[in-house]
Amino acid sequence: MSDALLTLKGVHTHIGPYHILQGVDLVVPRGGVAVLLGRNGAGKTTTLRTIMGLWQASQGAILFDNAEIQKETTPAIAQREIAFVPEDMGIFTDLTVHENMLLAARSGAIDKERLNWIFGLFPPLKTFWQSAAGNLSGGQKQMLAVARAIIEPRKLLLIDEPTKGLAPAIINAMIAALRELKEMQTTILLVEQNFSMARAVGDTVAVMDDGQIVYSGEMAELADDAELQEKLMGLSLEAHQ
Amino acid sequence: MSDSLIKPRIERPPLSEVIEAKAPLFLVPVLMLIGLLAIGSGSTWLTLTAAGLAMGMMIFIMASGLTVIFGLMDVINFGHGAFISLGAFAGFTILGLLGGWIESPSIALNLGAVLLAVAFAMLVTGLAGYGFERLIVKAVYGQHLKQILVTMGGLVVTQQLIYVIWGPDEIVLARPTAFQGSFVVLGAAIEKYRVLAIAIGLALFVAMRLVLSRTRIGLLVRAGVQNGEMVEALGYPIQKLFLAVFMVGCALAGLGGVMWGLYQETITAHMGAEVMISVFIVVIIGGLGSIEGCFIGAMLVGLLTNYTGFLIPKLALVSTILLMGAVLMWRPQGLYPVVKAH
Repeated sequence: MSDALLTLKGVHTHIGPYHILQGVDLVVPRGGVAVLLGRNGAGKTTTLRTIMGLWQASQGAILFDNAEIQKETTPAIAQREIAFVPEDMGIFTDLTVHENMLLAARSGAIDKERLNWIFGLFPPLKTFWQSAAGNLSGGQKQMLAVARAIIEPRKLLLIDEPTKGLAPAIINAMIAALRELKEMQTTILLVEQNFSMARAVGDTVAVMDDGQIVYSGEMAELADDAELQEKLMGLSLEAHQ
Repeated sequence: MSDSLIKPRIERPPLSEVIEAKAPLFLVPVLMLIGLLAIGSGSTWLTLTAAGLAMGMMIFIMASGLTVIFGLMDVINFGHGAFISLGAFAGFTILGLLGGWIESPSIALNLGAVLLAVAFAMLVTGLAGYGFERLIVKAVYGQHLKQILVTMGGLVVTQQLIYVIWGPDEIVLARPTAFQGSFVVLGAAIEKYRVLAIAIGLALFVAMRLVLSRTRIGLLVRAGVQNGEMVEALGYPIQKLFLAVFMVGCALAGLGGVMWGLYQETITAHMGAEVMISVFIVVIIGGLGSIEGCFIGAMLVGLLTNYTGFLIPKLALVSTILLMGAVLMWRPQGLYPVVKAH
């Protein structure tokens, strides 16, 4: 792992009267998986949405590939080859699986070789290729959401709780997919509450609380330190395995 | 990855669900059958049905733009009627310049005059739509109450501009020679212009379906109707899409204005506002944002208006409102509700 692909410096975000992010400092190393942990309402989703420009940072800087992007529009940020998988998956339910994927392929055509690789990661997508995405199960929709983000090579994937509410078999599929992406040197910023998942794929970790980063370091370090886990999150990783 | 653990299954939906999903498709044939039984005379029924379908097609042309604008942009455009009127007057200007073509017995020249009038009306209303979106609508995205107020204001201003340019009087809009009068089929008198209106309405419906289902821009519109934020997150500037759709919606209103003006054979600055009641009923019946629902809703409104106008004239005015109430009791979101992300 080398330099930082994404850096947040003192980022503040207000949503209406609420001051959600209160000076977030975060570094996402190039080619690695950074995991953002924290309790509900800590500001994890807001961090991802602020990076994507869906909510504007009111203060601070967001550097992507050494360029400041905090003033850019969401489409301009996405065109910098950043893909976003939101917590609600953002699936177009009236469109078929094929159409969902086609829309994500901004070049206008889907690369067959890459599509076959995705079918290998998520076989149900091949079966339901021409079905309306609204007919997919929750797990299959999550597969589609991730598949859509990787239909073309992207520099950075922002993934918000991909395992939320999913069955263990689907979670295993997600872990396998993220590991494969990691082997391909894809940089990922993953918001996750499932500690097993976080530990299985994460290289670095940051813990949020009350709109601030309260800890950042190597995932292995946190995973091996039950006392630190207890201190940061009130729970040990072991309790969640 | 363990393929066996997440083995996909394809299950047939229960028959009741299939029937429920397809039921709106049977409404028009069922209404036509009820109309035939109630009217009794086959030739009268055929005349009324042709009139109803033509009226429905013209309402569809006017309503299709409004429903897509609402579905994609979440904009309640009470000024849509202004573009109907403006289109009619722009078309009238061209038809006035092509008086020789209109009076000629040649179908080609007649059709050419109508097509040129339609093209000019769509150009004028499309450009006016650009100004309307930039000046009025853009500032009130996401604020429904303000949208209603400012678009109503836009409607009034446009009506006054029509008075300034074309004068305050009702203007007679003569149909081209080839589309005047009727012909007889199976003992039923069918107005020639109604056949033209049906043909244009059907062509527009097929074209819109093809664009929405077969092109990338159509895909973006369908996706944007559901979840505009995600469309942006995929890298597409939705504001540009909004503007393009608004202009097309206004151009369709202009097309509808010319067709409606030629149907009524008179045009006024407030003709658009008058027909907007039927247009809103059709959009609500169809499900906000749905082209298919809008098409079926327009056919139902057109047919019902003509059948009740013949059978129980006093009910004709309220029949479509009763129809809307019945549809909403059955499907509160309309015939084909568009599922929006929240």
